[in-house]
Amino acid sequence: MSQLVRKVERPPRLIDEEGRRADGRKVDELRRIKIEVGVLKNADGSCYLEQGRNKIMAAVYGPRELHPRHLAMPDRAILRCRYHMVPFSVLERKSPAPTRREIELSKVIREALEPAIFLEYFPRTTIDVFIEVIQADGGTRCAGITAAAVALADAGIPMRDLVAAIAVGKVEGQLVLDPMDLEDRYGEADMPVAMMPSLGKITLLQADGLMTLEEFEKALELAMRGIKEIYNKQKEALREKYLAIKREVEVT
Amino acid sequence: MPRSEEIIPKIKRQQIMSMLAKGERLDGRRLDEYRPISIELGVVEKAEGSAMVRLGNTISIAGVKVELGKPYPDTPDEGAFIVNAEFLPLASPTFEPGPPDESAIEVARVVDRGIRSSGAIDLKKLCILPGEKVWVVYIDVYVLNHDGNMMDASGLATIAALLIAKMPKVAVKEGKVTILDEWVPLPVVNRPVPVTMAKIGEKIVVDPSLDEELVMDCRITVTIDESDRICAVQKGIGGSLTVDDVKYASKLAVEKAKEIRKALPPLPSIEDVEWIVKEGQ
Repeated sequence: MSQLVRKVERPPRLIDEEGRRADGRKVDELRRIKIEVGVLKNADGSCYLEQGRNKIMAAVYGPRELHPRHLAMPDRAILRCRYHMVPFSVLERKSPAPTRREIELSKVIREALEPAIFLEYFPRTTIDVFIEVIQADGGTRCAGITAAAVALADAGIPMRDLVAAIAVGKVEGQLVLDPMDLEDRYGEADMPVAMMPSLGKITLLQADGLMTLEEFEKALELAMRGIKEIYNKQKEALREKYLAIKREVEVT
Repeated sequence: MPRSEEIIPKIKRQQIMSMLAKGERLDGRRLDEYRPISIELGVVEKAEGSAMVRLGNTISIAGVKVELGKPYPDTPDEGAFIVNAEFLPLASPTFEPGPPDESAIEVARVVDRGIRSSGAIDLKKLCILPGEKVWVVYIDVYVLNHDGNMMDASGLATIAALLIAKMPKVAVKEGKVTILDEWVPLPVVNRPVPVTMAKIGEKIVVDPSLDEELVMDCRITVTIDESDRICAVQKGIGGSLTVDDVKYASKLAVEKAKEIRKALPPLPSIEDVEWIVKEGQ
């Protein structure tokens, strides 16, 4: 049983003298990440991801026939993406209708995944990605992208690389990897980054808050380190799915 | 707003690409050259502040209105502001009527982030009765003609309109708020400037025209504040950027923002300004 969280209160210091954060992490430490592959039987590909208190479900349907048909492209598949938070995923109930934030995030997530997929292999079809945030604790768009990339791979969709994402925050003047909601709320800056790690290509980059040029470059380097770690977890999770099948086959 | 896609012949893409390889652009600009900016201030007398920005043939108009309202529960001692952007159907043959689509929402949210992160509006000054009554600043941006880079045109129109906006003073007496017929500037203390760049092939160009936008592989907007700090970043459309691209783009943005800021009106002098007159206390 997890403990009920009722409010987010700002501790006197977000980073203590020893460089520990409110949840005990070092500044360049990720939250604990758990990735499960193929958790939804109806979807062509799916992924459940936990990153700290974030709980994300991602599903992929397709390539499949597209309705309405006039949206179809003669030379490639289209990618559609919906990022949505369930009303009870946050402390103050969120209306179930899509907010402007969710519409923007759906767009940037789609644009973060698009470059990785060989859409030209599936003309006149659609690939639909659904990301549901079951619980949010900061960095959900990044967690959503990480999960969606795994779900796409699980669906067997040909990809140039996985896409892994992480945010870097600025808290009490220091750059921190993978900020949680508390740090996001009281921090000075937040910069989500997604990459195709093996190709060294950035597919999502956003930032708000104030950063000097120097801090911005450092934040980019820190994000890349985090992304490498997440990338390994994604690959591990995908490999584990097939190892499990192999074990099952060997037993029978 | 649902929109059919603009079509560009492949031959034009080839032409743009081969010119870029020689360091040239279709409209004769250098790769790092912005189009001429014209900013017309106060074009709408009935709005508290307004500005019409032209970037080449791209036209964006922003209007500011202030209203009394309730503060957000998490910031009881601050006023609020809301940015809304719409791409009007008269702005392009491909725009259709309807509520803002994801691209218009993106523009509104990126402009909003620039203003918010840079603390351009001193929201504390807009609080009248903590937790009860504050000024809410509504910023509405309309694109009137689309010839590329609606992001910067809208961002510049927004900050320009805010810089010249006037709002009424209020008097507070025993918890009662009266709006006075005395006008003061909006407490604007920073001038964030968005700089949008497009990656086409291996080249990065600043302030893409519509032709360039139609063939670009990736887009990035970096908003820079008065003291050269980055206050908003947004990678746009599909495609990808290398780390070196991003570093180049952010440096170029700092440089360009300095130039562009010269076209903006100065910060209002607000040192001795009183927004709220407290009476009988």
